[in-house]
Amino acid sequence: MTAFLAVLRRDLQLGVREGGALGTALGFYLVVIAILPLGLGPDLDLLQRISGGVLWIGLLLSSLLSIDRLFAHDLEDGSLDVLMSGALPLELVVTAKAIAHFLVFGLPLVLFAPLLGLMLNFPLPASGVLVGTMALGAPAVSFVGAIGAALTLPVGRGGLLLALLMLPFFIPILIFGIATLNASLGGPGSAATPALILTALTLAALVLAPFAAAFALRVQFRG
Amino acid sequence: MSDIHMNERTSAAHGQTLVQRFSNPTRFMAWSGRLLPFLSALTIGVIGFGLYAGLIMAPPDYQQGETVRIMFVHVPAAWLAMFTYLTVVVSSVGFLIWRHPLADVSAKAAVPLGAAFTFLALVTGSLWGRPMWGTYWVWDARLTSVLVLFFLYLGLMALRNALEDELLAGKLTAVLAIVGSVILPVIKFSVDWWSTLHQPASVIRLDGPTLHASMLWPLLVMAVGFSLFFATVHLMAMRNEVLRRRLISLQRGRARSGRASTAATVIEG
Repeated sequence: MTAFLAVLRRDLQLGVREGGALGTALGFYLVVIAILPLGLGPDLDLLQRISGGVLWIGLLLSSLLSIDRLFAHDLEDGSLDVLMSGALPLELVVTAKAIAHFLVFGLPLVLFAPLLGLMLNFPLPASGVLVGTMALGAPAVSFVGAIGAALTLPVGRGGLLLALLMLPFFIPILIFGIATLNASLGGPGSAATPALILTALTLAALVLAPFAAAFALRVQFRG
Repeated sequence: MSDIHMNERTSAAHGQTLVQRFSNPTRFMAWSGRLLPFLSALTIGVIGFGLYAGLIMAPPDYQQGETVRIMFVHVPAAWLAMFTYLTVVVSSVGFLIWRHPLADVSAKAAVPLGAAFTFLALVTGSLWGRPMWGTYWVWDARLTSVLVLFFLYLGLMALRNALEDELLAGKLTAVLAIVGSVILPVIKFSVDWWSTLHQPASVIRLDGPTLHASMLWPLLVMAVGFSLFFATVHLMAMRNEVLRRRLISLQRGRARSGRASTAATVIEG
């Protein structure tokens, strides 16, 4: 447990003190959201109708932008070797790193979303619901993204490849995230069903993804 | 890839199971080479007969008219799209557990075939949807999940292409294929879980098929034909891959032993 917390704290500190990466992710989110009204026209009714989905898609893309470096830094400076030969199982190392990624990137992006929602005429009183549904789905993005980061590690700058590999796995999160959001904003159907499925997806990703990512890492370095 | 050269004498020295004997690369090349002509002839025969049965003998549907004949291509293609993914997953598991090179060859050869079947299912479905539903595409659960399967096939190909080291590429692609296997039950049950435009299963169900016998049997003939086609082309692709790997290791061996000029003739020849 101490080792787990140590890895978690190390990654949090690295993420916070590097700073630049989070700024890039937030800036990217801002640009993606800002460019849409320019393409779709400034019709506020239309923007309000699509704002939930657009904010979700932006969140996915911005999280992807940062996750391909999840293991790359550690590979470059050699600390991945240390982590892999340490006593802490690799699955837990991956878990700690994915949690750190969620806290450093996912959470700020989620909290940033209502602010960007203003640009899309997203109703301000619904901000709580928006942040809530995103906070349910965002951990899954970090955990599933960890699999992609591990798989594309030997490719080198594999950001685009990672997006191609992992976007199919984000589709269910996107579908149920938006379904929850729409249902709780007065759309048809109950919000509980998609919310429960979204939670189930996140929990499943939390449990299964570390095994897949750790396996992908072991395959690379231990044959 | 030196183990792809494992010759018969070394493998015969150990007591081996039937599967092990059939999967020895040298023996694989021998038996698949003998089997292929028969398999090809059978494929052509069954698909030819299936097409005749489906396009000419089967009656037009009382509601859908002649367009129902798209089914005889669409449904087998969709079945094979999923079956091929299952083949990729089983091969991947086999490769990761037993590290048998032929399992990786099988996975690699199956992925483009699966992508082709998925593409065919999507295109024929689209062409069928236009007269029946009034649109080429709807975002219902079955169509979306099959589209995701198509993306998954593309991802498998992209990952393998991106990695130089062939052994590593095989292993990482296998991991991705196994992770992606969660999509199969979603595709199968998407029509039951969500009420969709795409019709639910009408052939394989507990209370028997809801399809009339006059349409069911040509469909089953086509399904057998498509499966035979997959087996034939899969074996061909696997043989090509085995030959390609042998050629590469031959070239490497020659290059290493300093006879670079001979290696050059092999490449050019």
